[in-house]
Amino acid sequence: MKHGRVVYQGQTVAVTESADGNVQLPDGSIVAEAAVQWLPPMDFGTIFALGLNYADHAKEIAFNKAPEEPLVFLKGPNALNGHRCRTRRPSDVTYMHFECELGVVIGKTCRNVKKEDAYSVVAGYVTANDYAIRDYLENYYRPNLRVKNRDGATPVGPWLVDAADIADPMHLRLRSWVNGELKQDGNTADMVHSIPSLIAHLSSMMTLNPGDLILTGTPDGVADSRVGDEIVTEIEGVGRLVNFIGGDELLSVH
Amino acid sequence: MITSFPAACATVYGVLLNDRATLQRLAPQFDSAPYKAAPRAPVLYIKPRNTFAGNHAAVAIPADPGEVRIDATIGLVIGSTATRVPASKAMEHVAAYAVVSDVTLPHENYYRPAIRQRDRDGFCPMGEVVATRDFDVSQAALHIAINGQPVYERRFDQLVRPAAQLIADVTEFMTLSAGDVLLLGSGEGSPVARPGDTVRITVPGLGELCHTVILEVQP
Repeated sequence: MKHGRVVYQGQTVAVTESADGNVQLPDGSIVAEAAVQWLPPMDFGTIFALGLNYADHAKEIAFNKAPEEPLVFLKGPNALNGHRCRTRRPSDVTYMHFECELGVVIGKTCRNVKKEDAYSVVAGYVTANDYAIRDYLENYYRPNLRVKNRDGATPVGPWLVDAADIADPMHLRLRSWVNGELKQDGNTADMVHSIPSLIAHLSSMMTLNPGDLILTGTPDGVADSRVGDEIVTEIEGVGRLVNFIGGDELLSVH
Repeated sequence: MITSFPAACATVYGVLLNDRATLQRLAPQFDSAPYKAAPRAPVLYIKPRNTFAGNHAAVAIPADPGEVRIDATIGLVIGSTATRVPASKAMEHVAAYAVVSDVTLPHENYYRPAIRQRDRDGFCPMGEVVATRDFDVSQAALHIAINGQPVYERRFDQLVRPAAQLIADVTEFMTLSAGDVLLLGSGEGSPVARPGDTVRITVPGLGELCHTVILEVQP
C-alpha cells in the first residue's frame, strides 16, 4: 500500500493511493493529486544520507573511487519538502544539482543488525530528491550542512510504500527529468553499499529507530537546476516525485 | 502499515572549529590537502536522537579506543522560528540554555562527518534546560571535574562566532525551529574520560551536568 500525507481543505490528512493512481481520502473519496497540498509522507526521525554510493556518480564528481566505508551525513527536518512543492535556488549560486535517491524507512528499534536480517527492520520506501548546492562545498565534514541541509531542499514522496510491496529494492530503476528531458537513468543494483550493508553498518554504531530514514545516494546524471525548472525524480514502483525550482522569492516560506 | 510514530524530536546541531585557539593550532594544516583553505561558513553537524541522554546518564563507549573526548559546551535552546536572522536580533530567538556534554571518540580528521565518533548512543548528555533571557553567554565559564578532580576550564569569550553571530550565520542557510538546540562548540584541549570515570560539568548560572563513562557491552 502507498501512504501519503496532504493538506486538503485546510486539514492535514493521511491518504492512500487509489486504484487509478490518484489520492484516496480517509472517507474513501478520490481527488486528483494536483488538488491537494503534499507534505512529506510522515514525520521522519534521524535522516541519514549517503554520499558517493554509486560508483558512476563518484567518478562523475571527480573522485577516483567510491569510499570503502560508507560516507554518511545527517540532515535536519527543515530540509524536507513535499511532492509538487518548490525549492529555492539562491540567486548567487552557479550550480545546484538534483539527486534522485531511494529512501529506506526503518520500522523497528534495532542495533547490530546482520546483513541477512536487514530487510526485517525496513518499514517501507520513499522517493527523494536530495539537492546539493555545489558552490557551498567546503572541505570540512564534507558535504556540510550548508550544501545539503537547506530549507526545503529535500523533497520526499509523494508516497511511502510498504516494504512488502517492493520485491527487490536492490533492482529498481531511478530516473530524473528536467522539464521533461531525461537526465538521470540508473538502477539501485549499482549501489556501492547495498541497503542491507548500510543497515548493518549504521546499526553497528548506533541504534536505529522507527521512522529513521536512509537516503541511499544517487547515480550519475546530475545536472544543474534553474529557476522555473520542473524536476521529476522517479523510482520504479515507489513513486514519481515532482519539484519546482523557485528563486529568492521563496525566502518568505523557506 | 506504519502508524503513530513518535513526533519528530527537536534537532541538536553542533558546530565544528568554533574556538579561536583550535583554529590557530590547525591553521598550518588548513592550507594543505585535503583542506586547502580555512572554513568560511559554520561547519555544522547533528547529534541525532539516539545520542540523547539526560543528567546522570551512563555513557557506554567501545573498548577500542577505550576513551572519549568530553567536548563540553553550552546549548542554546531556540524558542521561536529563526530564518535569516541578523546578529542584532538573534538572541531574541534563544529561550533557554543547557549544559551539554558533546561526547566524541577522539578524532583529528575533519574531512568527513564523524558519524562513527560523534553519533553513538547516549553521546549527547544534556543537563536541565534553564529558561532565561538574562544569561550572558559571552561571559560564561565552564569547568569540568573528572572523578572529583578539576581537569579543565574554559570561557565563552573566545568563540570564532559568538552566539548571536553563529545564529545569524546558521540561519542564513537553514531555519532553526522552537526546541532545536544549537551547541556553541568545543573548546581547545577537551579532556578525555575512560570507563569508570564520573564527569561533572559546571557552568555557573546554568548548573551542573553529571554523567559516567562505562564500557560498552555489545547487545
